[in-house]
Amino acid sequence: MSRIGTIARRTFLVGSAAIAGGVAFGVWYATKSMANPLTPAEGETALNPYVLIDAQGVTIIAPRAEMGQGSHTTLAALVAEELDVAWEDIRVIHGPPGQAYYNHAMFGGILPFPEYNKSALAERIGDVAGYLGKALQTQITGGSSATADGFEKMRHAGATARETLKLAAAKRWGLKAADLRTENGAVMAPDGRTLTYVELAPSAADLTPPSVELRPATEWKYLGRTMPRTDMVAKSTGTARFGIDTRIPGMVFAALRINPHLGGAMKGFDDTEALKMPGVLRVVNLTTGIAVIATNTWLAQQAADAVQIDWEASPHPDTQDAIFANIRAAFETEANSTLRDDGDAATTPEGATLIEAEYAVPYLAHATMEPQNATALYTGDALVLWSGNQAPILHQKRCAEAVGLEPEAVTVHTTFMGGGFGRRGEYDYSVYAARVAKAMPDTPVQLTWSREEDMTHDFYRPGGMGRFRGAVMDGRAVLLDGQIAAQSCLRQGGVRMMGIEAGGPDKGLVEGAFDQPYAIPNHRIRGHIATVDLPVGFWRSVGSSITAFMYDSFLDEMAHAAAADPLDFRYQLMKDEHAPSAACLNAVREMSGWTGKTPEGTGRGVGFCYSFGTPVATVIEVQDTGSGIRIAKAWIACDPGIVLDPGNVEAQMTGGMVYGLSAAAFGEITFTAGAADQLNFPDYDALRIHNAPRTEVRILTANRHLGGVGEPGTPPAMPALANALFDLTGKRVRALPLAKSFDLLT
Amino acid sequence: MPFPLTVNGIPHQIDLPGEVPLLWVLRDALNLTGTKFGCGVAACGACTVQIDGVAVRSCQVALSDVDGAVTTIEGIGTPDNLAAIQQAWIDHQVAQCGYCQSGQIMQAAALLAETPDPTDDQIDAAMQGNLCRCGTYPRIRAAVHAAAQSMKV
Repeated sequence: MSRIGTIARRTFLVGSAAIAGGVAFGVWYATKSMANPLTPAEGETALNPYVLIDAQGVTIIAPRAEMGQGSHTTLAALVAEELDVAWEDIRVIHGPPGQAYYNHAMFGGILPFPEYNKSALAERIGDVAGYLGKALQTQITGGSSATADGFEKMRHAGATARETLKLAAAKRWGLKAADLRTENGAVMAPDGRTLTYVELAPSAADLTPPSVELRPATEWKYLGRTMPRTDMVAKSTGTARFGIDTRIPGMVFAALRINPHLGGAMKGFDDTEALKMPGVLRVVNLTTGIAVIATNTWLAQQAADAVQIDWEASPHPDTQDAIFANIRAAFETEANSTLRDDGDAATTPEGATLIEAEYAVPYLAHATMEPQNATALYTGDALVLWSGNQAPILHQKRCAEAVGLEPEAVTVHTTFMGGGFGRRGEYDYSVYAARVAKAMPDTPVQLTWSREEDMTHDFYRPGGMGRFRGAVMDGRAVLLDGQIAAQSCLRQGGVRMMGIEAGGPDKGLVEGAFDQPYAIPNHRIRGHIATVDLPVGFWRSVGSSITAFMYDSFLDEMAHAAAADPLDFRYQLMKDEHAPSAACLNAVREMSGWTGKTPEGTGRGVGFCYSFGTPVATVIEVQDTGSGIRIAKAWIACDPGIVLDPGNVEAQMTGGMVYGLSAAAFGEITFTAGAADQLNFPDYDALRIHNAPRTEVRILTANRHLGGVGEPGTPPAMPALANALFDLTGKRVRALPLAKSFDLLT
Repeated sequence: MPFPLTVNGIPHQIDLPGEVPLLWVLRDALNLTGTKFGCGVAACGACTVQIDGVAVRSCQVALSDVDGAVTTIEGIGTPDNLAAIQQAWIDHQVAQCGYCQSGQIMQAAALLAETPDPTDDQIDAAMQGNLCRCGTYPRIRAAVHAAAQSMKV
């Protein structure tokens, strides 16, 4: 039973409500135990709609935030496909915090089954787990899940609105709805009469929406094509409003200085000099640091830097060596998970060649282009927050707690995000803004972090280590036994975000390794949780950003030990296990003209990872220019199953790869006395236009699930680069970043 | 003593200390938020504006040192009246998160004013100070070439 079939049979509850001068349509699907938010209790007006039609036209409420991944455009296309409205007439806004916008698909993906091999049982359990998202009140943008989650809901919202508008027109004309058609934002009668949606909207609000059937893919007009992004004109003219662009009359500006020794508080501070500085209005004690409120962000920052602060020490290990010793020690502890355990991985098959390797990856910062910031207005009994965020309900709740209000008293405006990559699922920057605003009631305060504050107070991608044993015989892998050791993002994040201690096996620690589609007879992957407790969080592709480099590099090493072509070695292990994945490998073989041989001065490497429901194969070509090694070319093949917007898939695959290559080449956060040593882009650089590869992307559609596209491009890029550098130089490097071992072009 | 400052053709008197960087005058005093703060140390290019046509990092230019007419992203075109380079950015669907793109466009516009038909290498050399964490570089390069062609006509 396909996932789509399962959803289609579930009850869809549809509803409408009158709004000023128009109508709102919503769709809700649920098991019987959940209340229908579209029939609110008496006295409540809660409604979480996806489509609003009023005098201004059609507005689509996107339940997911736009941080660059193109969700607003694709979610709008899902509605528009059924609604029959001209693309240029659609407005898209982000929805308010609302439980009806919970993310079903993301939580359906947290169970410990390899995605590529979903059995009917796993799928059913995955659906149940999806409701956890609802129970936990998650309105989250993450897990590359926006499109999978909205695929049914948003189309139903569009279809429901269309059919209700037809009913309204039918009543007006005394005709049957079945005889009417819709086009370009209007209902048309057989005799040529038309009524626009705007004209019909007020009367449609009184009608009970009929049940609808979704149009088959063969009739799609928008879906499956590259649509102009709804945010593109604004983002090309400087008129898109990011959180940092919030401007409220009478607002003031604040800067932040929190203890760089992570987890340490503040013994005391002296703000005498700071208070004398121009534009300074107030210094706010935040117990782990201070904020300065001034008439200008830069003046606030100068004053914040002038405050004399006596910091407490960090509780975290003093040195980088001590941190990694802790991670290494986790190997000796009982495994937290053994999510793959095929055959007998403890024994080396007789006659096989055994190889072993140990890998390490560093902690990483998200380094979004827009530094963390938020704007808040506290008025004693209410708080208004403007914040680019991936989880508005969570931000609402935590800000309410921080200023002593009920969540209902907190209004959240979710803006565009200047990059998220997982960082803006955290709520710390909104809470700081709320606390600072409380110190200056009735005045809107914008709190902007310096880049240094941002980089030194991240929830970092955990550093990690991998130990791998493998054996090859007759050109094939007969054993792969891997152990991954790192901090658990899920455990720390579970407490921080949901107040729950997540027990049991942490899939996030070993995803990208245990769930890869290779048929290896003796195959085991174990995860070990390190006890070091630096602040860690979800970073584009999460666990796969750690494990894919290790797992796939090791496959490359096994291929060489087997004297096999690295690409063909993977292909042979994959072709009977998961054909769509194998087809991705074949695609990059063909696109790159892969022969297994490269001329002097050129190296090529392949990488593969199946993550977030989408297999991605990447070939990277490096060239020795004589004055540094250039990452020259890249070929990517992916299979997200259904392609809703090929232009956006191509952009996400390319961008995801650049993010992964940037980390693999240059990215490293190290800690001294619990403080990050890297402060700004000169210390933590990324690929730029001159050293990013020329890239070609091919999109396949044989996979049977609708997979994500925002993250899967990132993991395979990292091993592909390391494997290419091995091909070029003969030097196998098992620790990132690679610029520490190779003279990469900067 | 206020500082005179001309931005997008409009003269202003700015009552701020002379050492305040142009970036923060534009953003916080004039509400011209199209110019972005990214790093504060001229390492990312998000704050790029033009002074008398020359691309500069506005986070590094003190108010008292501004010695010419300032042009920001808001000054080269608007949604209803797009500059050719902005049209090229839209045609090539360059932006993802979009945060760096004001700076990218201002840098590219300065490049095209000086080098009307740049090669890939010339684009790379001119644009390498402008960081994009979303990795939109291939589309930036394509859009600069397209803008060069459309501006020739």
